[in-house]
Amino acid sequence: MTSDGTSLSSEQLLALYRMMALIRRTEEQLARAHQMGLVPGPCHTYVGEEAIAAGVCATLREDDVVFSTHRGHGHALAKGVSPRAVAAELFGKATGCSGGRGGSMHLFAPEIGLMGTSGIVGPSILQGAGAGYSFKLLGADQVSVAFFGDGAVSNGAFHEGLNLAAIWDLPVIFVCEDNMYATEVPFRQATRVQDVATRASVSYDMAALCVDGNDVLAVHQAAEAAVARARAGEGPTLIECKTYRTRPHAEGMRDGGYRSAEELEAWKRRDPIASLAAWLVKNQHASDADLEALDAEVKATVDDAIEFARSSPFPDPETVADFIFSEGG
Amino acid sequence: MREITYTEAAREALAEQMAIDPSIFVVGEGIGERGGNFNTTLGLYEKYGPMRLRDTPIVERGFVGLCAGAAMTGARPVVDFMIVDFILDSMGELLNQISKVQYMSSGRIKMPMVLRGCIGIGGAAATHHSGSYYSIFAHIPGFRVALPSTPYDAKGLMKTALTGDDPVMFLEHRLLLNRRGPVPEAEYSLPFGEAAILRAGADATVVALAVMAPKVLAVCDELAKEGLDIEVIDPRTVAPLDVPTILESVHKTGRLLIADETFGPCGIGAEISAQVMENGFDDLDAPIARLNGAHTPTPYSPTLEQAVIPDDAAIARAIQDLVAE
Repeated sequence: MTSDGTSLSSEQLLALYRMMALIRRTEEQLARAHQMGLVPGPCHTYVGEEAIAAGVCATLREDDVVFSTHRGHGHALAKGVSPRAVAAELFGKATGCSGGRGGSMHLFAPEIGLMGTSGIVGPSILQGAGAGYSFKLLGADQVSVAFFGDGAVSNGAFHEGLNLAAIWDLPVIFVCEDNMYATEVPFRQATRVQDVATRASVSYDMAALCVDGNDVLAVHQAAEAAVARARAGEGPTLIECKTYRTRPHAEGMRDGGYRSAEELEAWKRRDPIASLAAWLVKNQHASDADLEALDAEVKATVDDAIEFARSSPFPDPETVADFIFSEGG
Repeated sequence: MREITYTEAAREALAEQMAIDPSIFVVGEGIGERGGNFNTTLGLYEKYGPMRLRDTPIVERGFVGLCAGAAMTGARPVVDFMIVDFILDSMGELLNQISKVQYMSSGRIKMPMVLRGCIGIGGAAATHHSGSYYSIFAHIPGFRVALPSTPYDAKGLMKTALTGDDPVMFLEHRLLLNRRGPVPEAEYSLPFGEAAILRAGADATVVALAVMAPKVLAVCDELAKEGLDIEVIDPRTVAPLDVPTILESVHKTGRLLIADETFGPCGIGAEISAQVMENGFDDLDAPIARLNGAHTPTPYSPTLEQAVIPDDAAIARAIQDLVAE
């Protein structure tokens, strides 16, 4: 943990811990539900990357907006969507955060700034920039965050979106979650320039930095500065977060042939939640008993969410054509 | 009534709405100080400045996707794409995002966005500047698709586009842009999904889209001298499509021709034909006929270009054949 000079209170630090534990526990239970056939569609987990969503979203206001990816459960939860609404959506239920129209890859809660997770790589960058344009046009002091993976940074949306945000000084934070693999294609094979922050700073003259994405304090610190810059009208920032997903690309997919067991084990030893727990205890922000109590509370919350999802009704088939248009049919 | 051009009429609608709605902004290449390649924004930059008249680099996917995010968060973007072929680079944003976000979010996010610009064949523009593609957009749930054929329709439909909350493809045929026509000075708008009956008649119905509307109308005036009494309908929007007006007309005439400059296969004419077959079969006294442009890319040379579009003689022949069936 690179926590030098963190200004966070014990309460804030424990809130970060709790959010990361909540994301982890929710996804582990969703993965289990997927294995049991209760999640009928795809389920891409964020296990191992929780520090990024938790660290970034803790710096946002409720009216700031987030545009997310196919690996977006963590972003949704960290932005404040309830575990009940996330779980019910993955179960395909009417009580889900998209009313059962979206599933894992299309989580929406615009009331609290979750503007959608996406099944397509790239659009989050453009839409994030667009929200920034909107806020600037309307004179609002909100900021916009676009999450995306290393798989997006050779895509046109990355280059077009970063360039537009830079030339128009938009209040946007671009958060690249470099987990080293785009689905199963290694990032090192996909580019000659793996340093994403350099792409932003050199190519687009954008403020950019690279942090350890498994260190929630480092992520939080970087995001806090970027949000402050954006809110002050000083333009966009790109934060490159080096991280790793420890589960397969998607639940039920074969996870071999592209990474070694040694690499996976090495990253599991750098688990962001365990690292934070050890740091909290060592620096006397919490005792082991405090963390156990938090874990128990998170477990109860997630158990409740899964039960809520399981017992909720499916959407009424009569509503299948609702909401295609805002007005009329 | 005063007469203004099609482009002036659409621009007047945009200017009026920009004056009352500060969330409207326009993006495109050369739409700022220059006022637009087709004068779509002439004079507006001086009033509203660069934040609302935003010249862009040539990154259609980028600015269309950006406008989606802006529309989702309280702004009302107008994408002035100049020529429709250019926004094919943004098809993923259009079909995967812009048309679907309202649905996926259970109606909690709106997508008030107008994508406007030039379609159609003419002026030896060749194949990368002659597309239309409205059948593709009409095929996708979530789009409104407007095809005004007169200055009056251009202003009225643009008003509706700029005040609704759905994404609208507003497609302006290049050969219509400088046509003049009566446009009232008083405030008005035209609802989507309401066809115009351009000419009442009893012998046959012709549904004519975009540039085909004035062409067919002129031919029918000539055919009237031969005693043919043809009803001409311009749907004005193809999504939604005013099927009831077409069915009523076919109920009266018993015969239907669909005249469309764009491709026949899987085109809007096939859809109109199927709808009439399904809902008005007993009214038909002859097979439904279609008159389309050739199913080819658009060639450059004037002799070739003329060969891919239905000319007046082809229109007249198609109508005469239909009535003789």
